[in-house]
Amino acid sequence: MRKVELQGASSPENELTLATNPSAIPNGIAGLDLVSGPVGKPSRHESAIQHVTGAARYVDDLIEPANGLFAAVIRSPIARGTITRMDLEPVRKSPGVVCVLTVDDVLGHTDIGPVFPGDPIMTSTEVKFFGQCLAVVAATSELAARRAAQAAILEFEREEPLLDAREAVASQQLVRPSHVMTMGDVDSALASSHQVLEAMQEVGGQEHFYLEGQVSLAMPTEDGGMLVYTSSQHPSEVQKLVAEVLALPLNRVTVDMRRMGGGFGGKESQAAQWACLAALLASKTGRAVKLRLPRQDDMIMTGKRHPFANSYRIGIDEAGRITAADIEVIGNCGNSPDLSDAIVDRAMFHADNAYFLGNARIAGHRAFSNQVSHTAYRGFGGPQGMMIIERAMDDIARAVGKDPLDIRKLNLYGTEQSEPERTLTPYHQTVEFNYLPQLIEQLETSSDYRARRVAIRQFNQHSPILKRGLALTPVKFGISFTLQHLNQAGALIHIYTDGSIQVNHGGTEMGQGLHTKVGQIVAQTLGVELERIVVTATRTDKVPNTSPTAASSGTDLNGKAAQNAALTLRQRLVEFLAAEKTVSPEAIRFENGRVSWGGSEDMSFAELVQAAYVGRVSLSATGYYRTPKIWYDRTNARGRPFFYFALGAAVSEVVVDTLTGEYRVTRVDILHDVGRSINPAIDRGQIEGGFIQGMGWLTTEELVWHADGRLLSNNPATYKIPAIGDTPPVFNVALFEHENDEATVYNSKAVGEPPFMLAISVWSALRDAISSLSDYRLSPDLDTPATPERVLKAVMAVQAQCAQNGMTGGAV
Amino acid sequence: MMSLTINGEPVALDAAADTPLLWVLRDYLNLTGTRFGCGMAMCGACTVHIDGNPVRSCLTPVSMALGKSISTIEGMANDPIGQQVQQAWMDEAVAQCGYCQSGQIMSAVALLKTSPNPDDATIDSFMSGNICRCGTYPRIRKAIHRAAGQLNAQQNSLFTEVKA
Repeated sequence: MRKVELQGASSPENELTLATNPSAIPNGIAGLDLVSGPVGKPSRHESAIQHVTGAARYVDDLIEPANGLFAAVIRSPIARGTITRMDLEPVRKSPGVVCVLTVDDVLGHTDIGPVFPGDPIMTSTEVKFFGQCLAVVAATSELAARRAAQAAILEFEREEPLLDAREAVASQQLVRPSHVMTMGDVDSALASSHQVLEAMQEVGGQEHFYLEGQVSLAMPTEDGGMLVYTSSQHPSEVQKLVAEVLALPLNRVTVDMRRMGGGFGGKESQAAQWACLAALLASKTGRAVKLRLPRQDDMIMTGKRHPFANSYRIGIDEAGRITAADIEVIGNCGNSPDLSDAIVDRAMFHADNAYFLGNARIAGHRAFSNQVSHTAYRGFGGPQGMMIIERAMDDIARAVGKDPLDIRKLNLYGTEQSEPERTLTPYHQTVEFNYLPQLIEQLETSSDYRARRVAIRQFNQHSPILKRGLALTPVKFGISFTLQHLNQAGALIHIYTDGSIQVNHGGTEMGQGLHTKVGQIVAQTLGVELERIVVTATRTDKVPNTSPTAASSGTDLNGKAAQNAALTLRQRLVEFLAAEKTVSPEAIRFENGRVSWGGSEDMSFAELVQAAYVGRVSLSATGYYRTPKIWYDRTNARGRPFFYFALGAAVSEVVVDTLTGEYRVTRVDILHDVGRSINPAIDRGQIEGGFIQGMGWLTTEELVWHADGRLLSNNPATYKIPAIGDTPPVFNVALFEHENDEATVYNSKAVGEPPFMLAISVWSALRDAISSLSDYRLSPDLDTPATPERVLKAVMAVQAQCAQNGMTGGAV
Repeated sequence: MMSLTINGEPVALDAAADTPLLWVLRDYLNLTGTRFGCGMAMCGACTVHIDGNPVRSCLTPVSMALGKSISTIEGMANDPIGQQVQQAWMDEAVAQCGYCQSGQIMSAVALLKTSPNPDDATIDSFMSGNICRCGTYPRIRKAIHRAAGQLNAQQNSLFTEVKA
């Protein structure tokens, strides 16, 4: 390991430890070290200037072509029933209206389900959820389209909606079959346990609330095809679905995606419908059509993070170590499969989080409900799965009278050195390179956990109303798409004769800094300055058949593909120069935009490129990458679904007002493992932002459905995401310095989703504060979001139980 | 025909008096740096200044801006405080997806014009109407301190060398 001190940097956060690892340097290519070059350095976001000047263009900012139309959607006002009358004549007669379409007007496919069927683009018969799309209208202005959409005359025969996930499972109303993972003999292990604990838990969903709502602009092309500008994490799927609804081959449809104003999973599968509707209208009218959902429509018509209903039965030994775990997770999937099969699988894959369960049975159910189809959201079910085992950790601690941190440490997976027999997951992947014991130890010290624990206990003994809570929770998050074929990526690099470089890859930019990182990787590989590189909009006609930018894998996949393309170009340039100068290829060095070949001679990268062009060398190359090692046999529920695990831990401290249930998060300390960071400024931003978003999910963000199935929390006045004042006043974020042991791009680790789950520490700290009312003997139920109302109820429940049992420290 | 002053320039256009200022800016004048977020003045993405005061342009009828001076994110290039804030935003690598940041910057500029030396509580209170789903709040706080001159060039900067 060598420590590289950045020039002029004085604070520890600017120090990067760059480990030398031969696996990061491809064979046969000299000069790919990290002493110089942009990888590992905190370069700013490629759009930083556009972001702060307002020059960044999102789809809604594009200048519409002449005679363009604007679309609005007619949606169902009921959650379940049959349409008995849909009179669209008043819509057609509204001022400015040019076209009105229903499902009967669709020439091609009418089902746009991304993996499994079940998502009709519009319906004119059966309604399965509130907000379901019934028809779409295009008019000469957005206002005219929206006014026209209000004019539809709709009548229904209503039915009672099914909204409860446990009820759906009890009556076997599922959108996909259940799945079970088993390890060992859980029933006999439970029977012979020292103690068995049981609990149930409701985990709330989450609205994505990307600030840029769903939007697409479709433009018919001269050959009957379609060009679509969209805000989507999955341009290739938009291309496929647009082609299918228009009954066109895929090569007639091009999708362009420059940047999203936030995605978070909400634009993985569910951006496609709006693109398809715009394309249908554009195809019908021969005019460009823009469809941008108004915020309320967006919140009503697009899926959320799945609410989950979880439960466990866990056997422990006297010390509080788990001997057996029987865990059930139920995802409320809404009315169709969408991505729910993989989401509930991921909840199951993370129901162990960081802990060895000994004997385990993990069952996952995909409940149907008359809600919008719930979808991907940062963590993709993983957070909901982790919640049940983190609840168990606190419950075990209260049952055996230990600090929850000690119970968590006692139950961690083993390492190669210590307890290697405790490294098997319930899906039979062996946990390798488990640095969590070390990472937690480091965080425990840096956050001063033990001293604060003592101080908090003392504070709580002397503070009758305000109670403080503290918790450290870890994260072990599996990296790879669990749908194996998605773990591939492509890239395309052009070098132009002035030495400037254009990079294109299959990933999409949604603020996570993917284009910045890919640019850094290409600059590093070609030994040129970052400024020489432009990463352009994601386009299906440049890199085809791409995977969604999801599962935190954007850089892992596309960074590698781009690196491979750059290596191909570099190799061509090396061979050309070696022949020109009659030197050995090994002598050639690319560094800071200069190329040298031994001795004192060198030339600029641009000069070499110009010479190579004249020498008839191809200066354009594609690159491809697929993740190695991964497989999963679903029939037997075993395999290695994950290439590696991203690790981290957080300590949160809260103070709760036990009279009102209101609380504040007063301090957060995070230590997170991003492997060798490609860009520490970006990675730290992902950690900070992921934590805050996770905290919102578990505390203030409450989805409220009326008993008739209507979503009531359908605007920012009724749905509260974190604001600046909710940010912890003390917020220490540090990167765990260790390169990825697997050969990822520059031995970095994925960072998009894992930090989200660090926020479970906030919820656990709230439970800790409430438990203090029982002198830490009772473990309160606290479903999420843990709003002040829920916290107050939990406080009162603990106080009541204390009073009933004659325990001290109860009612005040 | 109505006359407006936008970023110091006189502008004449024909729009209904109740047209939201946001749509006048975006659709009539192609000043698309001001974003639509929620349409109910709850998210702050559409923040602009009228006579220096931050307003939510999505719910402000254009008639309310007649005869007044309107500033948008595009105008910050010629505003000394605006430039400081934009530079600080880049120095602290604030923006992720960037969509809310025009509004954040407009609010921050308005804050610094009334309170040139704000503490965290002042920042939190003034900026509470501008939400950011990416969660860039810790950096917004820090960038405002930096723009206020409360941090020197190198102190805690994420970058060793920063150029606009």
